[in-house]
Amino acid sequence: MARAASIQTRIGFTALAWGIALLLFAPILWTILTAFKTEAEAIASSPTFLPQQFTLENFGAVQDRSDYFKHAFNSIVVSLGSTLLGLAIGIPAAWAMAFAPTKRTKDVLMWMLSTKMMPAVGVLIPIYLIFRDLRLLDTLHGLTLIMTLINLPIIIWMLYTYFKEIPVDILEAARMDGAELYNEIVHVLVPMAVPGIASTLLLNVILAWNEAFWTITLTSGKAGTLTAFISSFSSPQGLFLAKLSAASLLAIAPILLMGWFSQKQLVRGLTFGAVK
Amino acid sequence: MATAQTRTLSRIMMAPAVIVLLIWMIVPLVMTLWFSFQNYSLINPMMTGFAGWANYVYVIGDPSFIQSLVNTLILVGGVLLITIIGGTMLALLLDQPIWGQGVLRIIVISPFFVMPPVAALIWKNGFMHPGYGMLAHLWEFFGLQPIDWFNQYPLFSVIVIVAWQWLPFATLILLTALQSLSEEQREAAEMDGANAINRFYYIIMPHMARAITIVILIQTIFLLGIFAEIRVTTGGGPGYASTNIAFLVFRTGILSNDIGAGSAGGVVAVVIANIVAIFLMRAVGKNLDA
Repeated sequence: MARAASIQTRIGFTALAWGIALLLFAPILWTILTAFKTEAEAIASSPTFLPQQFTLENFGAVQDRSDYFKHAFNSIVVSLGSTLLGLAIGIPAAWAMAFAPTKRTKDVLMWMLSTKMMPAVGVLIPIYLIFRDLRLLDTLHGLTLIMTLINLPIIIWMLYTYFKEIPVDILEAARMDGAELYNEIVHVLVPMAVPGIASTLLLNVILAWNEAFWTITLTSGKAGTLTAFISSFSSPQGLFLAKLSAASLLAIAPILLMGWFSQKQLVRGLTFGAVK
Repeated sequence: MATAQTRTLSRIMMAPAVIVLLIWMIVPLVMTLWFSFQNYSLINPMMTGFAGWANYVYVIGDPSFIQSLVNTLILVGGVLLITIIGGTMLALLLDQPIWGQGVLRIIVISPFFVMPPVAALIWKNGFMHPGYGMLAHLWEFFGLQPIDWFNQYPLFSVIVIVAWQWLPFATLILLTALQSLSEEQREAAEMDGANAINRFYYIIMPHMARAITIVILIQTIFLLGIFAEIRVTTGGGPGYASTNIAFLVFRTGILSNDIGAGSAGGVVAVVIANIVAIFLMRAVGKNLDA
């Protein structure tokens, strides 16, 4: 910054920014701290900041009560499965639109985006009934399918904006050298596209992991993901704040870490490439 | 370069994506429309047949519908207001020369990665609980009577939770846009003697307009469908005080097993979303041309 900011202004802005940031972060920080407290300490009338009696027993209790590992496994299967399936369908489509655009490509892209605007409740009831009749309710493959469909437009848009940035000349050169289409894709395009594909994968795993409409309405016990697992804590049963905090921490920790690494891609992915 | 061969090939490559999205878009929507004109209740299987507009009359005529519609608008509008104004201010602040900018970005974006049910339950129990929530302790500290947020101000409480989740998103997008504003442009304005307020109005705001429009568009899409936050906190209540259209459809169709009326509500939700989408697409399109 060439702006001649005096040291006082800089200190002032820094203090203000950190103050607001910590205020925004407070609910997460509070959850982390509470997860390691005893239940009695968590709801004490004079609250403590750091756990006075550091304990890990909440985590064990959460596992015993609602089987965290089963739900975490379901979340991993659904979010990773739907993203990989989405990439399998999306990569060829985005490739075709980026490298062999026609007059209609823009319209197709806009149409794909518009499917994302359809409210989920508009189709909840038929999907629910179809799932019931096909015995897909509360199954991992059923949920994976829905998750693939709702994230497919974002996957294609993201891949498209990344593929667009690959210089076409290189592909032409490969084609001149007589590279088969298969070779063109595997040896030329893929290595250049891997960073974009990786970002797309990361963002969509996060989105699918946090999706909380279909995961709650279409599952009950067997295929419940972590969103359903947490929702089971919505009606308090006796002393439970510390356990709830432990369960929350377990549900958000993996994705929080992934999110921190992918925040740059998040901007591009969620604005459909409009802001970079 | 597009020979007949590559054109056929690209059609084949696009086919799976186009076909699944086409099916996904058309089949359930047509079914929703169909059900919305049928007498179809899972509780009362004897009641079948064509219902005409009865389901629509039933859903729209019920006072809960108008309330849900108003709640939806307040929820979307309130969250947009908080996140756009707060996000712009926070983005401007984070763009100043400050220490630890990279770490700050990560801290500020964190709430966005918290899944909706967790965000809602953290707020409900850790902060807004009238007995042991942080806010209750704070109120007591100042000698005030703690507030039972979800009973006294149910919709406002939901707005706070949702705004907390989306403020980081708005901030991150707006900050990214702000940082792409060229330094020369700002310096030139500064040299020409434009003060901070003028710089904000004539340089920064026009540049930010597009990003703000995009944030509004994307957030509206998601905010119209707010569901989990309501499900795990108020359950739509007390009464219908915090029920939005999305939750009303869930209540009618799934909880009360009235497929016909639920579907009619679903169609109404689609119509509302489309009105918003057309409006916003036009605004974005205008911005993209400029």
